[in-house]
Amino acid sequence: MLNVGKIEEGFVLDHIKAGHSLSLYDHLQLDKLDCTVAIIKNAKSNKMGKKDILKVECDIDKLDLDILAFLDHNITVNVIKNGEIVAKKELILPKQIKNVIKCRNPRCITSIEQGLPHIFFLADEQKGIYRCKYCEEKYTDRTK
Amino acid sequence: MKHLISPLDFTTQELDKLFELAADIEKNPATYAHACDGKILATCFYEPSTRTRLSFESAMIRLGGQVIGFSDAGSSSASKGESVSDTIRVISGYADICAMRHPKEGAATVASEKSLIPVINAGDGGHQHPTQTLTDLLTIKNLKGRLDNFTIGLCGDLKFGRTVHSLIHALVRYPGIRFLFISPEELRIPDYIIEELKEHNIPYEEVIRLEDVLPELDLLYMTRVQRERFFNEEDYVRLKDFYILTKAKMELAKDDMLVLHPLPRVNEIDVEVDDDPRASYFRQAQYGVYVRMALIMTLLGLAPQ
Repeated sequence: MLNVGKIEEGFVLDHIKAGHSLSLYDHLQLDKLDCTVAIIKNAKSNKMGKKDILKVECDIDKLDLDILAFLDHNITVNVIKNGEIVAKKELILPKQIKNVIKCRNPRCITSIEQGLPHIFFLADEQKGIYRCKYCEEKYTDRTK
Repeated sequence: MKHLISPLDFTTQELDKLFELAADIEKNPATYAHACDGKILATCFYEPSTRTRLSFESAMIRLGGQVIGFSDAGSSSASKGESVSDTIRVISGYADICAMRHPKEGAATVASEKSLIPVINAGDGGHQHPTQTLTDLLTIKNLKGRLDNFTIGLCGDLKFGRTVHSLIHALVRYPGIRFLFISPEELRIPDYIIEELKEHNIPYEEVIRLEDVLPELDLLYMTRVQRERFFNEEDYVRLKDFYILTKAKMELAKDDMLVLHPLPRVNEIDVEVDDDPRASYFRQAQYGVYVRMALIMTLLGLAPQ
């Protein structure tokens, strides 16, 4: 069993679907932070069989984690201070998502306009429905 | 700076003002003949259009302004691969206001984000067509005397018909409106509009046969099945003749029901209906010029306060 040490301040993102930690690393833009990050893949889990874990040592105000609510609402976010879990962060769906998902409507301007970001807004908070800012097409995840 | 991208960009109070101005322009055209002297309207039409473009041009010329532009993507820099963002940045230096039609949904939104001049969405694919909506609302207001408390039937291509989507968006803000959506299964109203109606508890029904609901309607809004919205010619051919409004069908309708159509018509309204006093589509086209005149003045900050 591999052991990764405790962090002093930051987040531990637990119960990440196995194999998904690297894409979360990208979405959270952790490459842009000058901090220690541990990526643990395929850790044993009683609940999930296998899971990924991300440990991020950083100022807890530095990271916007709301996108996780959209990407995988099963993730547990433990907030760490002085080496201890001080809170479990509740994830709230972001009002807007930029360049995380792409509009699949072939009639949308995003399909041809160079350099245009793919922006979706939260159209229905209860149902978690996002719509393209430009064509208002509903985002449907075909992988689910 | 104000743009018109969706019909909801104007509050109902702002719309009332716009319609008042349009009514005054209709009554006293000479008063407004020089309202836009020295101003230039750019009409950037990336897809063919006759009436919308000419209606804009007529509106600007009647206000004393001038018009520049292109009328299809082939004759513009878009054929060289220029983006909408770049085009509007350049046009911002050439004109004082821009009316844009584009086959892609959301194109006018992109333009408005980069523009230094007011942008009017003159149609973005199957998405929105707000100046047609202003035209429709002005027609209803002038001919019915109100914009609330009626049953409206929307018939034909409700899936790709941007005029329909824009009109619904605008009408949901008025009380007592009931919608009857009359379309074949393949051209049903998009789910996001249905969701919006449900959310606001606005009554609606979806039906397939026009005859079943004609007697209930205060307004019938006919639309054309548009060839350019189909990727598959077979589907277009199958659906284009689904609804044809005839003199015989008109006998089922109320005596004061108005028939509206954004035009152009192909064959969905038989020409013999044109002489029926309830056929209002040609008057509607005329109102389109007045409302665009009022809109151009308003967006340029030239409307009387």
